[in-house]
Amino acid sequence: MAEPMVLPLRSTMTFGVGIREDILQNWREELAKCRVNLRVNAGVVGISGQRGAFRITLATGEMMTAEFVVLAIGLQGNIRKLGVPGEDFPRVQYQLDDPDEFNSETIVVVGAGDTGVENALALSKQNRVIFINRQEEFTSCTKANFDLLMAEVTKGRIETRVSTRAERVEENTGNDFPLVFVVQTPLGLERIECHRIIARLGAKPPRQLVESFGVRFPNSDSTAVPQLSEQYESNVQGLYIVGALAGYPLIKQAMNQGYEVVEYILGNPVEPADEALLKAKFTGVPGVGSVSEGIALIRRNQPLFAALTTLQLREFMLDSTVWLPPCGDMLFKRNDYSNSFFSILTGSVTINTEGKDGAVAAFQLAAGDFFGEMGLLSGRRRSGTAVAGDNCVLVETPRRSMLKLLYSVPGVRRRLDEVALKRIVRNSLDSSLPESELEHLVQDAKLKQYAVGETLFNEGDKADGLYLIRRGSVVVSRLIAGKEVVLAYVSAGNYVGEMALVSNMPHSATVRAASPTDAILLEAERVNAVMERNSSIRSKVDSRYLERIGADALPPDDEFSGLVKFLMTHGVGEATDVLLIDYSRCIRCDNCETACADAHGGIPRLNRAAGATYEQIHLPTSCRHCEHPHCMKDCPPDAIHRSVNGEVFISDSCIGCGNCQKNCPYGVIQMAAQNVHEQRGIWQIIFGTSGREPSPEENADGSSMSKKAVKCDLCKGISGGPLCVNACPTGAAFRISPEGFFSQVARGSKPSQKEPG
Amino acid sequence: MNTTQRSGVLNFMHYRYFKLSSMLMVAAIVTYVLAPVGDEPYGGTWLGYVLGIVSALIVLLLLWYGIARRRTPRVRYQRPHPKNGGHKQAGSVQPDFSLRRWEDRGRHLAKDAWSHGGTLQGWLSSHIYLGASLIVLATLHTGFQFGWDVHTLSYVLMLLVIASGFYGMYAYLNYPRLITLNMGEETLDDLLHKIAELDELARIHALGLPDEVNALVLKARQETRLGGSLLRQLSGKQRNCPTISAARQILQLGSKYIKNEQPELMRDLYAVLLRKERLVLRARHEIKLNARLQFWRYLHVPLAVALLAALLAHVVAILFYW
Repeated sequence: MAEPMVLPLRSTMTFGVGIREDILQNWREELAKCRVNLRVNAGVVGISGQRGAFRITLATGEMMTAEFVVLAIGLQGNIRKLGVPGEDFPRVQYQLDDPDEFNSETIVVVGAGDTGVENALALSKQNRVIFINRQEEFTSCTKANFDLLMAEVTKGRIETRVSTRAERVEENTGNDFPLVFVVQTPLGLERIECHRIIARLGAKPPRQLVESFGVRFPNSDSTAVPQLSEQYESNVQGLYIVGALAGYPLIKQAMNQGYEVVEYILGNPVEPADEALLKAKFTGVPGVGSVSEGIALIRRNQPLFAALTTLQLREFMLDSTVWLPPCGDMLFKRNDYSNSFFSILTGSVTINTEGKDGAVAAFQLAAGDFFGEMGLLSGRRRSGTAVAGDNCVLVETPRRSMLKLLYSVPGVRRRLDEVALKRIVRNSLDSSLPESELEHLVQDAKLKQYAVGETLFNEGDKADGLYLIRRGSVVVSRLIAGKEVVLAYVSAGNYVGEMALVSNMPHSATVRAASPTDAILLEAERVNAVMERNSSIRSKVDSRYLERIGADALPPDDEFSGLVKFLMTHGVGEATDVLLIDYSRCIRCDNCETACADAHGGIPRLNRAAGATYEQIHLPTSCRHCEHPHCMKDCPPDAIHRSVNGEVFISDSCIGCGNCQKNCPYGVIQMAAQNVHEQRGIWQIIFGTSGREPSPEENADGSSMSKKAVKCDLCKGISGGPLCVNACPTGAAFRISPEGFFSQVARGSKPSQKEPG
Repeated sequence: MNTTQRSGVLNFMHYRYFKLSSMLMVAAIVTYVLAPVGDEPYGGTWLGYVLGIVSALIVLLLLWYGIARRRTPRVRYQRPHPKNGGHKQAGSVQPDFSLRRWEDRGRHLAKDAWSHGGTLQGWLSSHIYLGASLIVLATLHTGFQFGWDVHTLSYVLMLLVIASGFYGMYAYLNYPRLITLNMGEETLDDLLHKIAELDELARIHALGLPDEVNALVLKARQETRLGGSLLRQLSGKQRNCPTISAARQILQLGSKYIKNEQPELMRDLYAVLLRKERLVLRARHEIKLNARLQFWRYLHVPLAVALLAALLAHVVAILFYW
């Protein structure tokens, strides 16, 4: 709540972590002390005039004048309504304060976001709830909420209507139900009789209103924020905008901005709250003496960020780090698991890559270029080694900030995609391909996204081109004697579809996404044309084709097929390092769990007995270190990281909010009190006594101890590698990466234990 | 299955410990055959002493396995080095990059330790082969001179420990697979839960049927035993299991109760009891397999402790009568 932690609070009003009511009460008291001229219930409907002479019209018709106006109206006040006749009936609510207020009612909940789902869940305890979703699927809520919702639906406590739109709301007089909600379902109009409608459709910037004040927005995008100067001044001089409406949803930011704006208006020199932090980042960079010069340098030398406003750039830099590595220093190594993003401000960087065939290539990057995007996008190991050149000034941005930027600023995403596309084509097809051919190849390339289980193409489909897997992984299968037999597993950085392309026949197999997958489709015609002109790429694709033909000639292996299907169904497709137990050797001693607990404060991070089993292969409940970890998605203090070796771990900055636990689809994160736990000594082992007891979950004063999220960290920092594997007396427990495992099993050789470290 | 071809306890590190113990045994036999033997008690010869000391050391090593198995390798967190190497970093200290440096260090250290360090699987492999080699080493140490004394007692205890160990090896190699085949993804608790549910279901079905049937159902519910004494666990059987006999009798009584809904109820009841019978058999099989997998250790470990005591007595006696 008091995020972002790095920023100091400027305002003299207090603000910190706490419950909503307390904070509001504090503010009320402090405002009263400051003798602020506060008007409540005074909705503003119009602002006109200019700096020094603004005229403000209230909803009551009253007029006020002001020299300056600071808009800090946020978004929440502008709730999205149903947008159909009847939307303003008193029993149509857009807020739910206390779900227990209603009892034995029939309530329709509209809006499949998290608030909607949470409301429906809370109401379903003592009411009949009908849940309406405009879309076919529940994609806008978290997985955890979706699971809870589905559980209630299965139990029959909540009814759902999908692909359903509101048509109108009517008042009902005929019977006990005061309302009739008319909705358009895929099967036609339906009249739902109910007591109440609760619509949770989010809020939107009150754009029309703000535009009527004369404020301009940069584009017509519904999420666009007004263009502001560095001092938060809009194009209307004297009219300032801060807070969520300006694109800063965090309270602390808004408070700081409010403070700064008032100081600007008073003519007091004031540095933005982040000035000192940013200044520290830029110190030592040649030719940069101030933050604004630093920002100007980025603007000038890094076209990727051209689309950002100065304010956005400042915020972006707050998360990033400026590096001045000496020439020849290694920035990251090939096969590292780091996933930050680098942009070059000055100097050069050399990237050394190695193709699948062992061909080595080096690329020179200069100011204005960026690198590290492949690891970021694919969630896999680095595909090359980056070495700093002369006079290098780099900006390193952590994964989360970069992803946020990609999602929120389409301009950055577009530019990044253009460059990334060529790089991945070069990397997965042929690193010696000339630039002109590359250009030709990627024209009209389509980025396609697939959910788990979705097909890229079916056996017998017409050949449409080459699919480069940029992110995720796919499974190749074929119908043999009426049964779907898995032939291969293909991971990111490889391609599928070459069989049909080379043989000029329809696709010979079905390809399905094994994890959320992004694929780039290169048009067949272009690929063929380029292959005709370039013998090197031709021979590469041909040899790949022959390899596949060879593999296909082998008799289908039912065991392999079954195992792959089993592992895929259980999400191993998106794993990077998963613990499996060969049950034909497991003597069920649970030493894996005991050793894990011993090394990790008495709390085991795996559950041996839980989890699925296929024939003799058991998949215990334990972290798989996903390529794109679900746990990282929504971690307020950004406490979950991936180390260069690939372990996804939770750092000490965990605040115990439990989001990661809810987001993990595999249930491998637990919230645990931090215990003092000591390993058992030899005499304790011999006499079977336990070590020091973990302290109880309560402090001495009876207050409960704060819990933090714990999960497997692959015994990071413990020499020798994961203890679950090392402590297995019979060698039944082993760790694999899906790639290594499947390629080895497919070739019929024995999969070896993955070497830790 | 391919996956089971990863190195096992017996072929660990290309039979490293098999080779080691074979060499020990061959060396001992060759020396025994070639070395001149005097008239004194064999253990007192120089070869007897050597064999005795080697055997005793092996016994201690084998006993240490019991501790190694329960002891997690010491956790040594590699403290990050305060100065991260090389980089001139602009601005204030940012944890991110220095973290990466630490990780780099961690990786190399971890790899070193891995290549030198041991896994528990290695321990077990050596435990088996060195244990087996004692049969030869200790027997040669006796010089085939036995008597009713503490020396022979140690020898016999050792053989018993090894014999139980051999059984254990057999169990470890065979039962795990059978347990999975029997249980699949389910646990014993799951089965017990289902059995309880079926008992309840059977009771409800029987309500509409005569007392004779109710008595059978009640008996099946109250007197069906799972597990129990060690022997019962190991046998995995219950003589005249009330569930099985109830199912049989219900089948026979089917022709007797043919009024109104009775045939239907009898059919349902029979189906329920059959399902329960299958679950009970599976649960017993599970208990049996687990008992057979585990019970030998209750012989192996106490016998090993007794061996240690006898061995101490043996050594003290020898030193005393030197």
